[in-house]
Amino acid sequence: MQDRPTETLPPSEPSRLARAWDSDLAWSFRHTPVAMVSAAVVVILVLSAVFAPLIAPHDPFDPGSLNLMNGFTPPGRPNAFTQDMFLLGTDDQGRDVLSTILYGMRISLFVGFSAVLLALVIGVILGLLAGYLGGWVEALIMRVADIQLTFPAILVAMLIFGVAKGITPPAYRDQMAIWVLILAIGLSDWVQFARVVRGATLVEKRRDYVQAARLIGRKPFSIMLRHILPNVLNPVLVIATISLALAIIAEATLSFLGVGAPPTKPSLGTLIRIGQGFMFSGEWWILLFPALTLLALALSINLLGDWLRDALNPRLR
Amino acid sequence: MSASIRLKSLTRDFDVSKPWLNRVIERLPRATLRAVDDVSLEIPENSVYALVGESGSGKSTIGRIVAGLVPASSGVVEVNGIDIVSTGAEQAAEARRNLQMIFQDPYASLNPRWKVRDIIAEPVAIRGVATDGLAERLLEQVGLSAADAGKFPHEFSGGQRQRICIARALASHPRIIICDEPTSALDVSVQSQVLNLMSDLREEMGLTYLFISHDLTVVQHMADRIGVLYLGALVEEAPRDRLFAEPKHPYTQMLFAAAPRMDAFGREVEPPKGEIPDAINPPPGCHYHPRCPLATDLCRSVVPETRRIGATRVRCHHAE
Amino acid sequence: MSEPVLSVRDLVVEIPTRRGILRPVDGVSYDITKGEILGVVGESGAGKSMTGNAVIGLLDRPARIASGEILLTGEPIHHLKGEALRRLRGRRMGMIFQDPLTSLNPLLTVGDQLTETILEHLPVSRAKALNRAVAALDEVGIPAARQRIGSYPHEFSGGMRQRVVIALALCAEPELVIADEPTTALDVSVQAQIIALLKRLCRERGVAVMLVTHDMGVIAEAADRVAVMYAGRLAELGPVRDVVGRARHPYTTGLMASTPDASRGQRRLRQIPGSMPRLDALPEGCPFHPRCDRAEVRCRQAPGPSLTACDGRAACWFPMHQPEETPA
Repeated sequence: MQDRPTETLPPSEPSRLARAWDSDLAWSFRHTPVAMVSAAVVVILVLSAVFAPLIAPHDPFDPGSLNLMNGFTPPGRPNAFTQDMFLLGTDDQGRDVLSTILYGMRISLFVGFSAVLLALVIGVILGLLAGYLGGWVEALIMRVADIQLTFPAILVAMLIFGVAKGITPPAYRDQMAIWVLILAIGLSDWVQFARVVRGATLVEKRRDYVQAARLIGRKPFSIMLRHILPNVLNPVLVIATISLALAIIAEATLSFLGVGAPPTKPSLGTLIRIGQGFMFSGEWWILLFPALTLLALALSINLLGDWLRDALNPRLR
Repeated sequence: MSASIRLKSLTRDFDVSKPWLNRVIERLPRATLRAVDDVSLEIPENSVYALVGESGSGKSTIGRIVAGLVPASSGVVEVNGIDIVSTGAEQAAEARRNLQMIFQDPYASLNPRWKVRDIIAEPVAIRGVATDGLAERLLEQVGLSAADAGKFPHEFSGGQRQRICIARALASHPRIIICDEPTSALDVSVQSQVLNLMSDLREEMGLTYLFISHDLTVVQHMADRIGVLYLGALVEEAPRDRLFAEPKHPYTQMLFAAAPRMDAFGREVEPPKGEIPDAINPPPGCHYHPRCPLATDLCRSVVPETRRIGATRVRCHHAE
Repeated sequence: MSEPVLSVRDLVVEIPTRRGILRPVDGVSYDITKGEILGVVGESGAGKSMTGNAVIGLLDRPARIASGEILLTGEPIHHLKGEALRRLRGRRMGMIFQDPLTSLNPLLTVGDQLTETILEHLPVSRAKALNRAVAALDEVGIPAARQRIGSYPHEFSGGMRQRVVIALALCAEPELVIADEPTTALDVSVQAQIIALLKRLCRERGVAVMLVTHDMGVIAEAADRVAVMYAGRLAELGPVRDVVGRARHPYTTGLMASTPDASRGQRRLRQIPGSMPRLDALPEGCPFHPRCDRAEVRCRQAPGPSLTACDGRAACWFPMHQPEETPA
């Protein structure tokens, strides 16, 4: 055909990596110091949690390696009896605080990630259904969401936790505690995913590419998954990040209240609960270091989420 | 020649009532908006039928009803002889295989997360047919290059996107294409490229177009036959040259007079009176009477029937 | 000829981006005199709206005026900021936007918005201001103005709303009005009404109007002079009859020829190949040369043509018609 447009487009196809590096998101990241520092903190914390067995100086769950004589060693000073050194000190049982933090973070992060994943899957599915199908489906889903929102999330989580604990056989309780925790936090957190996805779906479903897909006979569920879902993921990503921080804090809160991770598998929250008992007797480090770790983790994930929200918002760009 | 599309007394009402709680509290009745009002028309094969009208005239709704995106309230919509309103879903879908659509906004009608190759091949891929090389071939046919298939929509300008939309519409070898304001979002110089492409394709492939537009100059260039809509009703229909030479309905005459013209420097004409009335409570009788210079008591009380004058069909008591 | 109301001299607007500095407006100069409508026409991305926004001081950051002058009756205004600019806007310059809904405050009655504007800019009492507001609504053709003064913007139809916006732009009796696509969102019949209104007010009040639009038909109907913009530069500037009737720049002729017109009776439309270059990928020399069928070696070389370097009417080294005696 003779009327081919002669317009020049940028020369095409550098590698995928180069394109990603050059993308607006990567550029914004490189120009936001807060985002870079937060990302660095998160990466260091997550890596040290994942490789805890390799880098932790002690295995806090191996009773054989524990020496009760090492109890209450202050940070950075040799123990009065054994002359052993502990960077962040030890707790009443002589467990190395640094090692318990590293192992505790594993539990906290595992619960946090899993709970957010659960909330995300439930929320995105229900949000898509509500937004795309409308009618009574939407009314039902959104009213349930509204009702759930009238209770504080932590209360909902405690309720779910209580019920789940009641129906699990006592023998499995400690084993199941982590999974119950994930379920409780995940179920208390799906609402905001559902709301945001529903809103974005309402916008997307009116756009003509969805009409074009309907025209050629694509089925509703196929349209939701193949067409709408990829276009509503940006806000989901932002919420997932901020939810992760909240889920880690929720887990810590539940564990602090004694309804979360068992003392045999202590999370950061459990550690804080244990440490709290020694706050007034002078062994401050047992409380302070887990608390600081939780703070650093939650804060940097949150800051990262804030940056992501701004960077993905076309109006602020 | 047989008719590709035949509409008989097509009507579409939209429920524009407030939520039931408001209706109960504020004691409001249900409100309906008649977007398409008893429209009958025929589109012969391999011709271009244009629907023109201002906002709220129902032209886009008619296009979407024919495409099956919006259900009809009553009436008959025949595509290649099959009534898609009354027949079963499967037969309707089968009839619609011959039908494709090009949308107004080239930025909203391509999924931004899909590659051009997948977008163009989708109508074929969904039937489980192999699509190797299809997108590349179609891209060249609409004046883009085969190498563009691996790109994403945001890498293209508005005019190029509209070419991609056309390529997608052609993928399943349709006989009929509904064009809903295909060039109103484009700049003039790009609009002419797209219109030329559409004319070429029509000749090469023997396509039938239902061409929806508010732009009289575009319609005049493209259409064989033109229907003028006002508040959902077809007020005048005629072959292109007939309509432009001798518009019968006062509304058509007003539209022609009001359209800005290139040769109208400092033209001092009395601008048309009034605006399109509220479609929820349209005026009684002929809907156009409050703005019509010919209006009489008859117009204010009786809805005019469609009359045939020569090759023109007109819905006016006084047209002659 | 008297001093022009608005004088734009070598205006350059820049947007710093991470891929370098973009120039959506590059070396634009024009005058508008009292009672004159200058049509600024161009396709999307030509820089026409940006020019209007620069004049009225409404450039969104990070866009900024990099060089050049904007003179309002001889006074430079391009360096004004904050309060001084705000006082100028409304009092001496009015603005009419494409979408009347977004330029009116939905929470205030139109009467309140009009009287507030009048009180802010003119030394009159509240009662006088109200009377003026009614008169302003009356003048733009709103029936039963005194009764409608207490209505909210959403109670008006699209065309009536645009009339209110025009009344608002004119109520403090500015010398210059910038109308940015004032009829694009309106139907043909209402568009004709608004154009007629603008023309009448311009003539009666002696206001200088800068009418920004993409529609050649609107320009032909309303404007006295036309500035055609392409890729941030003026392609052609002259009286409407000359530009529309005897265009010199190949872009202008192409633009005109690609508008469908059955009276020419052609089956295929003339088309300009390609589309407007992106600001970050402007070609060397004349920005139009890749799409121009008359382009020669000189067109591909920097510096590109400008109005002053060429014949003063078309920024083209090889204009279509020879210069004729038409006082600009």
